[in-house]
Parts: sequence; structure tokens; C-alpha cells
Amino acid sequence: MTGARVRRTRRGTYRLKVSREERDLLRSLPEQLRAALESSDPGTVRLFPPAHPDDAEASDGYRALVGDDLLERRLGALETMEATIDAPELDEEQITAWLTTLNDVRIVLGTQLDVSEDPEPLPQDHPDAPRMAVYGYLGWLVSEIVEALSGDLDG
Amino acid sequence: MGLSTAPTELDRPRGDEDLDRDRPWLVLVWNDPINLMSYVTYVFQKLFGYPREKAHRLMLQVHNEGRAVVSQGTREKAELDTSRLHAHGLWATMKKDD
Repeated sequence: MTGARVRRTRRGTYRLKVSREERDLLRSLPEQLRAALESSDPGTVRLFPPAHPDDAEASDGYRALVGDDLLERRLGALETMEATIDAPELDEEQITAWLTTLNDVRIVLGTQLDVSEDPEPLPQDHPDAPRMAVYGYLGWLVSEIVEALSGDLDG
Repeated sequence: MGLSTAPTELDRPRGDEDLDRDRPWLVLVWNDPINLMSYVTYVFQKLFGYPREKAHRLMLQVHNEGRAVVSQGTREKAELDTSRLHAHGLWATMKKDD
């Protein structure tokens, strides 16, 4: 497809066409997410929803059961993204880890910015404008990766 | 990544479990303003092995009606599916069918 920035190669690997500026932005994200996760930043609340909305005790039980595992998986994914940030090609497991981390960052940003479904662009001098721009960029990149990976699922 | 599930769980048709004495647990996904529609469809396909059409229909139900039941089964299966959805950033909850 025209303009696709994430391409699946014939060998089954994935190639990301991103500029140096984009890659430098992407490079900064895993550490930001790690800091948010480790400090239990309020923006991470959506990453660990209550499984039983009307039953706090059952939700606590669920969290005790899977909470550590969920956190470790997120940290594992961001470590994979860090380790492969300059790789020319990614295998499926690696690009899936990128997708997890990028979507997690997007959720944290969207929660912090309290976005609506179709957020209005902010004026450039708005204090949230840079984060909103990153949020928009990540939405685009996530959709590109999803498109590349969905091709595989559809056979 | 991905919390892996035994293929038997993925392939098991609904109603195959012994649910006679027990109402099943339902796993619901709720609409949220952040996750992309294409991403939600992809997650349903990937986690549950649903064909694209079914995954797309469930995603639209979440989007238009605010929530959809995406899987059901024993409490253990519902817990596992809920945690896999949470690992993918979706807003999932579980409840006993009523």
C-alpha cells in the first residue's frame, strides 16, 4: 500500500521507516513508561483496570493474582523495544513488543491529557500541545503496525 | 509477548464445558476514548482467534453500545481472558451471567 511506514518483508520480518527525529522520540518512550509504571503514576490506572467493577474485594483478589505478571509483561515489552530501538528490522515478537509499549504509552498520555474520542488539536502555545502531538503521532504509528500485523492474521 | 493460552482453550466451542450446574462467567470489553478501532479488532482476532468479521463486529458493538461480551466460560477462563485483554490495554471486566 502507498506510504506504508511499516512493511512486512518476504522473510517475515518487519521494517519501520521512521526519520531520525521520530526514532529519537521513540527512543525516549520506554524509559518514560518505565518511570510511570514504577512510580504508579495516575496515568497508568487504565493499564490495570479493576476486573470486578462492583466488587472491590474480588478486584483486589484478581490484582493479587495477575498484577505482578501484568507489570512484568509490560516491563519486558519495553525492554525489548529498548534493545531493538536501532534495529533495521524487527521479528514478529519484537514488533509486537513495540506495539504493546507504544499503545501503553498512548494510554498513559491519553489518560493524563483526559482525551476524548476525537481530540481537538491544541493551540501551539498550550502547555499540553507537545504531549498531544506525541499522542497523535503514536496513534498513527500504532495503526500502521496493526495494519502490518493484521495482514498476517488474515492469512 | 502475550499471555499464551493453550490451543484447546482457543478452539473450544461455546457450551462445550460442563456449565449445567453453573452459569458461565462473561468477559466484557468497555468502550474507551483511547484505543484505536483497528487495534481493538486486531486484539480480538489475536487473543480469541476470531475471524476478522466477528472481531470487527464485536469492536463495533463496543464502540456503539459501550460494551460487548467477548468471551465466556469458567471463572478461571474468564480471569485469564480478562488478564490477556488488560495486558493489551483494553478495559475488560468479568461478571457472572445473570
